[in-house]
Amino acid sequence: MPDLGYKNWQKRNIVNRLLSVLAGLFSFLCILPLIAVLAYILIKGISTFNLDLFTKLPPPPGGEGGGFGNAILGSIIVTTIAALIAIPIGVGGGIYLAEYSTGRGFSQFIRFGTNVLAGVPSIIAGVFVYGVIVSTRILFGNTFSAIAGGTALSVLMLPTVVKTTDEGLKLVSNDLRRAALGVGASRFVTVSQITLPKAFTPIATGVVLSIARAAGETAPLIFTALFSPFWPNGIFDPIATLSVLIYNFSAQPYDLQNQLAWSASFLLVVFILALNLLARWLGRFASK
Amino acid sequence: MTATSSSQSAHSNLDICLSIQNTTISYGDFEALKNVFCDIPRGQVTAFIGPSGCGKSTLLRAINRMNDLIEGCSLKGRILFDGADLYAPDVDPVEVRRRIGMVFQQPNPFPKSIYENIAFGARINGYDGNMDELVERSLRQAAVWDECKDKLKESGNSLSGGQQQRLCIARTIAIEPEVILMDEPCSALDPISTLKIEETIHELKKSFTIVIVTHNMQQAVRVSDTTAFFNAEAVEGGSGKVGYLVEFNDTDKIFNAPSQQATQDYVSGRFG
Repeated sequence: MPDLGYKNWQKRNIVNRLLSVLAGLFSFLCILPLIAVLAYILIKGISTFNLDLFTKLPPPPGGEGGGFGNAILGSIIVTTIAALIAIPIGVGGGIYLAEYSTGRGFSQFIRFGTNVLAGVPSIIAGVFVYGVIVSTRILFGNTFSAIAGGTALSVLMLPTVVKTTDEGLKLVSNDLRRAALGVGASRFVTVSQITLPKAFTPIATGVVLSIARAAGETAPLIFTALFSPFWPNGIFDPIATLSVLIYNFSAQPYDLQNQLAWSASFLLVVFILALNLLARWLGRFASK
Repeated sequence: MTATSSSQSAHSNLDICLSIQNTTISYGDFEALKNVFCDIPRGQVTAFIGPSGCGKSTLLRAINRMNDLIEGCSLKGRILFDGADLYAPDVDPVEVRRRIGMVFQQPNPFPKSIYENIAFGARINGYDGNMDELVERSLRQAAVWDECKDKLKESGNSLSGGQQQRLCIARTIAIEPEVILMDEPCSALDPISTLKIEETIHELKKSFTIVIVTHNMQQAVRVSDTTAFFNAEAVEGGSGKVGYLVEFNDTDKIFNAPSQQATQDYVSGRFG
């Protein structure tokens, strides 16, 4: 009778167990930064979490209490401006690539350009907008402004939006396009009423993820939106944002400001986490 | 030669709906189908049969300019629809497709409700009559009304494959075309669904001219009045096979007394 039993001491079994443990260890190390960052920010930030943070202005140096309501509002305004610029242009570009272009020459150039733009460091986007909008005072003579900040963030959002729209539309079966054209639909009707609704979920997911990325960016905003200790005063003036507030306050020699920076970090992380969960939920919504 | 002369003599007394005149269709440099002459009579069912790769689906798609979507596909010769050249430079392919509808190989309902599937085409074609009535009439004509009348608000994808295909036929009827092209409409369906579609085709030919591509010869016998047999042969110095029309005649002549040996071989199963 053959001996088919599992032998602990055999070399292949020992190596097998060793590598399994190693792979498990490394995969744990992969998510360790996320857990550590979340836990650290949670501990540091939540201790002073209160309602005032949402409603009050930052205190002057050496002052007491206060919050960063202006930065929360500012972040929302700047990100909204970025989304309003990036979504129409990005979705439109994605529609062109997937539905209208021939897949040669010009469209290949656009796809390549989009990939390059996705790899451009965010600070470059900030310097670019600084050079084009801020230093030239092109917008009614204003320099640092919410709209300049939004423009810088939109440059960062654009590649993601173009790519997810392009890929989302490419996933739509050609059968559907033929079906629509076969009943006499024009190309515009086919795209707007058949393929775009069908690809809504992947596009929406991509848009949400790109917003999540833009909301956390700091470098491009330092050059463009600057900062303001006051409530937002319109989109043509400098504006406070959570990420720049964290950058500014964490380096100040006052405990209170440092503490506000921690609370803002916590809020920002929660916000980005929520957006990512929303994107996941949208994705799951699609698979049903 | 024989193909053209026989088609003309057989149908000279009939009303011609589509006239395919010396049509050659190429993908890039490769000719898929060469020098086809064929007059498709109005109010009848015409079947295109032949082995794979003989260009019958290509020709079918050329009739409502679906080949425009395939890059590098070009057509020489003329296809006349009620005397109008479909490939004249000023022709709008969208207008062509509104008059010449198409049912595809795979059932492809829109990801919308059954009602919307029918209403979509009619609406974009500017139909302003009673939409409920049109939906019911189209579904009845496609013999799928009884199965969907209680779930018009449900997704078209909730139907079975055969029902989906009849929904697609209903959708095509709803735009009230003159011609319905069917590209192997039953190849993805079981025999019972196939029979239902064939019954539907019998009903539809009272109001429409139908051209159907099929691999199933029994189906061609059952549904069609005239049949075109296509074949493909390798050409000197060319890559791949070039399709051509072998014989075009009444269906019973094609299947019982074909004039060409190749047709005889194919319909009797002694092919290649």
